[in-house]
Amino acid sequence: MKFVQKAMVAAAFATAALSVSAQEQFFPVLSYRVGPYAAGGSGFFGGVIDYLSLINAQGGINGVKMVWEECETEYNATRGVECYERLKKVRGGATMVEPLSTGIAYGLLDRVAQDKIPMTTLGYGRSDAADGRVFPFVFPLITSYWNQAAGMMKYLGDKEGGLDKLKGKKIVHLYHDSAYGKEPFAVFEAYAKQYGFELVKLAVPHPGNEQQSQWLQIRQAKPDYVILWGWGVMNATALKTAQRNGYPSEKILGVWWAGSEEDVIPAGSAAKGYTTMTFNTPGNYPLLDEIKKKVYAAGKGNLEDKSRIGSTYHMRGVTAAILWVEAVRKAQEKHGKGKVMTSEQVRWGFENLNVDEARLKALGALGMMPPVKTTCLDHEGSGAVKVQRWDGKAWKAVTPNWVVGDKAMIRKMQEESAAKYAAEKKITPRDCSKEG
Amino acid sequence: MLYREAGQFKATYAEDSQIFPIRQDKIGIVLILAVAFVGIPLMSVAGFLSDYSFTAILTPFLIFSLAALGLNILTGYAGQLSLGTAAFMAVGAFASYNFMLRIEGMPILVAFILGGLCAAAVGIVFGLPSLRIRGFYLAAATLATQFFIVWCLTKVGWFTNYSSSGVITAQKIEMLGYTFDTAFSKYLFVLSVVCAMALLAKNMVRTNIGRSWMAIRDMDMAAEVIGFRPMRTKLMAFAVSSFYCGVAGALFAYAYLGTVEPEGFNLDLSFRILFMVIIGGVGSILGSFFGSAFIVLLPIFLNVLIHFLESSAGINLPSGISSSIELMVFGALIIFFLIVEPHGLARLWQIGKEKLRLWPFPH
Repeated sequence: MKFVQKAMVAAAFATAALSVSAQEQFFPVLSYRVGPYAAGGSGFFGGVIDYLSLINAQGGINGVKMVWEECETEYNATRGVECYERLKKVRGGATMVEPLSTGIAYGLLDRVAQDKIPMTTLGYGRSDAADGRVFPFVFPLITSYWNQAAGMMKYLGDKEGGLDKLKGKKIVHLYHDSAYGKEPFAVFEAYAKQYGFELVKLAVPHPGNEQQSQWLQIRQAKPDYVILWGWGVMNATALKTAQRNGYPSEKILGVWWAGSEEDVIPAGSAAKGYTTMTFNTPGNYPLLDEIKKKVYAAGKGNLEDKSRIGSTYHMRGVTAAILWVEAVRKAQEKHGKGKVMTSEQVRWGFENLNVDEARLKALGALGMMPPVKTTCLDHEGSGAVKVQRWDGKAWKAVTPNWVVGDKAMIRKMQEESAAKYAAEKKITPRDCSKEG
Repeated sequence: MLYREAGQFKATYAEDSQIFPIRQDKIGIVLILAVAFVGIPLMSVAGFLSDYSFTAILTPFLIFSLAALGLNILTGYAGQLSLGTAAFMAVGAFASYNFMLRIEGMPILVAFILGGLCAAAVGIVFGLPSLRIRGFYLAAATLATQFFIVWCLTKVGWFTNYSSSGVITAQKIEMLGYTFDTAFSKYLFVLSVVCAMALLAKNMVRTNIGRSWMAIRDMDMAAEVIGFRPMRTKLMAFAVSSFYCGVAGALFAYAYLGTVEPEGFNLDLSFRILFMVIIGGVGSILGSFFGSAFIVLLPIFLNVLIHFLESSAGINLPSGISSSIELMVFGALIIFFLIVEPHGLARLWQIGKEKLRLWPFPH
């Protein structure tokens, strides 16, 4: 105990000594680079750090430098909470936090509200956190699980020539048997009822490395499509088992956590032609070239394997960091350019993001991610997704445009769910008309 | 020199059967409690300790100590190996949540006790196989608890109040109009619960219940012959152990994480708690605290240390390397301690005390 505290004090002094010098915007990086999910964690947080390094190489945000400190969470809620608590006050205070782990995000949900530090949950976490009245400090930016599920339905409908053509079809929802896999139930059920297709739900127990019985059932049911809502080893196993059972990979549509290189390469040839959702368009962008030129060429790149630059997870990390930096920039516009923003000011920035196509073009990332425009009511800001196909070597975008599902329906569900949460927690929702 | 019991005479049976018969132990425990209840709060008021030490260090340490204590009752005292600890914690957390949610005006402590009792009931049901099987086979049977409970909590929407994300959000801890919402007040709350329960456990293992557990552990046939009923004894151990784990789970949800998902109580957590018991000391109340400190605090300490060394030496290790170093050192330390003392840290402590008694004339 004593040792820990002594070291803490010493570390605090050391960081304090470093922090007095310059204008610094501090980002805690709650990364995981060891353990079963290290592949995703190193790619994502590598992307984040690469982009922050690029901003520094370009002179910071109006002169304010980005600084960050990493803390290993091992994807474990207890470790993640400890990291957050350790880093939230160093170097002038945490700007925001992004744990990239559902369990840690839940552990931080109450804490960020108390500490007034915004938390982003890109593509995971509570879908109803999009309702900014009940969750002022949580930002499920770009797309939540529910909008993703609606996007899936829209894509499949378009493929058939319109959502009404889904009538009489059969869609299997093959899901990881956990809260995560059950999250889209409500959306799929609503769509099935409205458009008259049959929804078959098949659970795969964790970790999902044995799926023969599920795929036998799928073979008997002969579905038109299979939605793969998987995680980790379950994804590659599903693709391999599908191939063994003669189910074409073209008809399998994966969730975005089933859509990275790490998911398909282990499946080998079985993954060819497989499609998944994503919130980035795969490809190369001027921004990535810039990162290679200014960050990697200077020896400051975070990825050890340079071929991973622009891979799914790396691009997601870059995307996340773009939104963080834009939020700080937005906050600076209001509260003074060239100043260090407090977490509350950055929260305002997150709530008033407007990353439109012109802005993305200026960043060199046009088309890489959908435009994001958040408000006090809508903390998600987009709801758009893309479909990508694995051609055996790389991901290729299938849909030229961004796919958006029935946003009105999803919004209604989010509001209902958030209202229930507010009632349980006795939270009075903010009045958004009074927010500046 | 200081730790010597010479001259301390026991004149009555009551004196002889105290929890801490040696005066130095009594002083020690009073000092520890005084530091925990008074010293640490004073340091916090004086500004030496930040919220960080309460919410990220002390609170989780105490909660995991309680869970390890629960498992230690079952595995250490009654000799029944279990891999379902996290599941019992989950039952405690989810049951407390539902009692709070569905019964208006439910006092939090009563909800915790009821949550613990639910966990005890589940423990009795899943303890039934222990009547026929033992050792590793029982561990495999308790594995079923782990998977069944987590599956059940995800499957049945009622447990999570039909939350779309399948998670529960702990209500506020309120007692007599006071809300425990700061890191510091939550620490005091957890500390009080853990101290009360640890004292209870310490006493329980000295009574005939505890003795019957140990008899069953050491040789169940012999225990049966001398008149202990194996069924009642084993199921009692399961019930008490699960009760402790259930309360620990409720504290984990209410005083620590806030929002928990069933997946949070996975097999990994069960193993971590089992390791706490093994490293801390099987069959020792104190060992549970040592084990929890080792497993919860040591990785944090290593992490801080590596960061500190990095910054003071002015080097920047490539990302990922420091995480790996931390893991390797932690693993090496576990092996080191188990080789030095296979009976755990509690045994090391005991040996240390023996040595102190003989000092300076060891024989």
